[in-house]
Amino acid sequence: MLVSTKWLEEYVNTQGLPPAELGEKITRAGIEVDAVIDRSEGLANLVVGYVTECVKHPEADKLSICQVGVGGGEIDQIICGAPNIAQGQSVIVARPGAKLPGGMKIKKAKLRGEVSNGMICSLQELGIETKLVPKSYAEGIYVLPEKAEPGTDVLSYLDLDDTVLELGLTPNRADAMSMLGVAYEVGAILEEDVSLPEIVYAEAAERAESMLSLEVDAPEANPLYVAKVVRNVKVKESPLWLQQRLMAAGVRPHNNVVDVTNYILMEYGQPLHAFDYDSLGSGNITVRHAKEGEKITTLDDTERTLSAHQLVITNGTDPVALAGVMGGANSEVSEDTTTVVIESAYFASDSIRRTSKDHNLRSDASSRYEKGVDPNRVIPAAERAAQLLAELADGEVLGGSLVFDQLDKKERIVKVSPDFINSRLGMKIRLEDMLDILSRLKFNTEAANNQLIIEVPTRRQDIQIEEDVVEEIARLYGYDEIPATLPRTDATPGGLSPYQAKRRIARHFLEGAGLLQATTYSLTSEAAATQFALEPTETTRLLMPMSEERSILRQSLLPHLLESLSYNTARRTDSVALYETGSVFLKGQDELLDEQEHLAIVMTGLWVDHSWQGEKKVVDFFVAKGIVEGLAAKLGLELSFERGEMDGLHPGRTAFILLDGKRIGVIGALHPSEQKKRDLKETIAVELNLATLLTRETEALVYIQVSRYPTISRDVALVLSNIVEAQTIEGVIRNAGGKLLKDVRVFDLYEGDRMEEGKKSLAFSLTYFDPEKTLTDDEVNAAHEKIIKALTESGAELR
Amino acid sequence: MEARLQELKNEALEKIQAAQTVKELTDVRVAYLGKKGPITDVLKGMGKLPAEERPKMGALVNEVRAEVTESLEARMVLLEEQAINEKLQSETIDISLPGRPAKTGNPHPLTRVVEEIEDLFLSMGYEIAEGPEVEKDYYNFEALNLPKGHPARDMQDSFYITEDILLRTHTSPVQARTMETKGGEPIKIICPGKVYRRDNDDATHSHQFTQIEGLVVGEDIRMSDLKGTLSIFAKKMFGDDREIRLRPSFFPFTEPSVEMDISCFKCGGSGCNVCKKTGWIEILGAGMVHPNVLEMAGYDSKRLTGFAFGMGPERIAMLKYGIEDIRHFYTNDVRFLTQFQRTEL
Repeated sequence: MLVSTKWLEEYVNTQGLPPAELGEKITRAGIEVDAVIDRSEGLANLVVGYVTECVKHPEADKLSICQVGVGGGEIDQIICGAPNIAQGQSVIVARPGAKLPGGMKIKKAKLRGEVSNGMICSLQELGIETKLVPKSYAEGIYVLPEKAEPGTDVLSYLDLDDTVLELGLTPNRADAMSMLGVAYEVGAILEEDVSLPEIVYAEAAERAESMLSLEVDAPEANPLYVAKVVRNVKVKESPLWLQQRLMAAGVRPHNNVVDVTNYILMEYGQPLHAFDYDSLGSGNITVRHAKEGEKITTLDDTERTLSAHQLVITNGTDPVALAGVMGGANSEVSEDTTTVVIESAYFASDSIRRTSKDHNLRSDASSRYEKGVDPNRVIPAAERAAQLLAELADGEVLGGSLVFDQLDKKERIVKVSPDFINSRLGMKIRLEDMLDILSRLKFNTEAANNQLIIEVPTRRQDIQIEEDVVEEIARLYGYDEIPATLPRTDATPGGLSPYQAKRRIARHFLEGAGLLQATTYSLTSEAAATQFALEPTETTRLLMPMSEERSILRQSLLPHLLESLSYNTARRTDSVALYETGSVFLKGQDELLDEQEHLAIVMTGLWVDHSWQGEKKVVDFFVAKGIVEGLAAKLGLELSFERGEMDGLHPGRTAFILLDGKRIGVIGALHPSEQKKRDLKETIAVELNLATLLTRETEALVYIQVSRYPTISRDVALVLSNIVEAQTIEGVIRNAGGKLLKDVRVFDLYEGDRMEEGKKSLAFSLTYFDPEKTLTDDEVNAAHEKIIKALTESGAELR
Repeated sequence: MEARLQELKNEALEKIQAAQTVKELTDVRVAYLGKKGPITDVLKGMGKLPAEERPKMGALVNEVRAEVTESLEARMVLLEEQAINEKLQSETIDISLPGRPAKTGNPHPLTRVVEEIEDLFLSMGYEIAEGPEVEKDYYNFEALNLPKGHPARDMQDSFYITEDILLRTHTSPVQARTMETKGGEPIKIICPGKVYRRDNDDATHSHQFTQIEGLVVGEDIRMSDLKGTLSIFAKKMFGDDREIRLRPSFFPFTEPSVEMDISCFKCGGSGCNVCKKTGWIEILGAGMVHPNVLEMAGYDSKRLTGFAFGMGPERIAMLKYGIEDIRHFYTNDVRFLTQFQRTEL
């Protein structure tokens, strides 16, 4: 909502406050002033000019040489390039020395050999947006609607010596979508009264009913409809003051009839519509629901197909307006219009909201109806329109109005006790201060039996319950006056849940291991949604995505995380290691999705790089595996790994991660073709179900006494078929090892040229230990022999 | 024999002095004092001497032996010291060369902000409540006093999956769910999480972002309690000398509703580009829980009242660190992420 402070002054005394200060007061009381716009900014030394002569420039087709009276009997020659310049016009002249927005300074100049003492201006050159400039002047200079005294200062003549406050209205404050509403708000803040426009006009002897009949077939959607008939109107340009007020309010002037309806929309917040009586095609207005499939062409020249729940205004047979949203092209007021039907109505907000949404059509009218208009302004607005059409369009207002009225216009009563107000606020506001605030708001209030009985004006539809009154009192008393205390509840322990605590531990572990935490989007494309998914399900698509790239909920974190890797490597950061924790979204039993918190890790480039010491290690499967194992150990869990395959991963370098024999994750090198597609070098990816990991119960931590006895090591080197996995051999060793075997560790792997084809050498270091005593060589040898035997039986050769 | 001993002694002392390394000296020791050395030979030869000469000769051998040993040891100390010095000399490194970097990652800046806020409220006895990102329209809107067709739904253009299921537009549904499960009991929670709105991504808008909200419900919770709580939050997050101011606002789920500004942490309130010359920075929205919200969750709004507040960690991080584009939080540029390594305490 754009509020001209000059216009506002008509309804309420703003005590001469500078606009910025007024804006600050309004903001602090609850309606945020987003901007304070000085309409005269950058403008100086502009005067009214009168074109006494206008001839074509001999040297230039598009230029005219004008003689312009600029006041004090002075006549200056000005060259003008506008197509609509003509003799006898009053125009805006920027004389040499004048300033225009954007820092432009006007100087005397010569154009094709002719002297030009300044410039004749368009409204755009004065800083007014093209979309607000009347269409007839959009391509040229602005011609003042009335003859004005040459030399008059343009800023005051055009009401540009004005400041506009741009209000950022919250949806509850529909009352402030009008100048009068803002006047009431400012009046309450400044403790000033509001003066309403005085409505006086003469009525013809002939009654409106003689020309028009009214029928409302949808009283729930349209409980109040008022129509007035104005005859003999002269459709023309509006007077300057009206055009300027509309432009200040962000509305483009059209003609006096349309401008009057828009003016009252801005003044009262009540949408009006003007029909051309003669093109209605009947002397009847019927409000009804549309027939399914019925068509109307609205004022924006769009043909719209209607549905049965949408409300239309008809001429008894055909629709002539989409009620409360936009008029029909067939009954539009034109220059030839002589008789106008003014509609002022109350349409139910849900009906308008639905229609407006169906047609994706928002208008100044619909946005007000959607939020609810003041039932008590419908009739005055119609009267005000009749008055202005009589004044500005020489119209003859027929007697009376056609009225259908089933609308409840009573004020709502809200009862609240002063104690309630103070206990909600934690304050001690005195009763008389409360009463004072309510009277400033123009809420009739009666105080009796420790209760305030408040009659809420219908313009304030947002005040419904006690708490609403609490807010009104508090905001005008001043939020700064509220003391700062703390809740007096019982002390609560608070704290993280075990899951939340473990998630933090996991995060800290991963960061300690050298991974950067990343965050990516949950929405992705159809193709990426299930790639790398551990348990892919049917995908979940948005009804109205913004783009295909962000249309489906992800089932794996890896695709986006890998994108982040490519993003970095494309920017010459070759070594990157990221992790992310976040939800994946699977179709489940429930109507909601099965959201699982996952952890993903990606890494590419060097894991270790200390070049001057010759240390360099490229990331590989085992770096990632080590991190996963370390994380599990930190959480007190033991994972196992089983060779597996997954699309997009290297078939020989992929393993599923198992917890209690159940698959909970995957770890693998990216498939070379996938790497190529993503423009990545060797890249390792991990994804696992973090929720499973974090919810798994673990055993209590029990201390094991540190032994006084030493451990004894024995190494064993084996030659094996190279398809035999280390963990199989480790299993053989552990099985045969008995209770003296404490630890088994691979310490060497050789698969080089010196090995027989298809063979590899694997060496283990075994640790023996007895917590009760020092082991003897014989005991160790016996245990070791058993292991060797088992190994040979399993097909391994001793080296 | 005596002359032979003297000769040996002189020879040994000479060689001791001539030895330049520990090894050479050790060789001298072995050569003269070892079991097969000449002095030992002399001792062995004593058997041939007359018995009366033996003690004198024995004493003399021991004397020579002691003298040689002493000289040798003195020389050894010297040579060892010399050797150590040489070794140290040769082992000197260029300490200005770069160290081997310790492998270290760090949290995402949003996690950093969220965790800081979480920790503050945890210390005041709050719990952390979490909920689904794909949410029922009921919890996201209706239970929060936003019935179907409510004008404020315009403010939150949402990603619907079906008519009744959507990506949550705020973390408030977690509050509604918590109230429902607590069955009328007092509550002190904060709810961090990801939320989604139908916005085109640009420097200041993101279709996915994070939110952190707080909710306190109990007997006689007052608006002054909200102000006091937020004041502590502002000082902890943005510095002890921060002031707060509340401005009336509107949210369907609170009444009264407020927006909270803090005095600008950059200029202290005198006006700068961070606070757009106003001296104040808008940080969060808050209010007293709307009685409809309490009633819908089964709370007696006459007996229990509450306050709620909500803020955007992206905005806080952007303000705090001067980040110019919200998209940085989601592109994971390493040059961005690694800047949030160090502590600020």
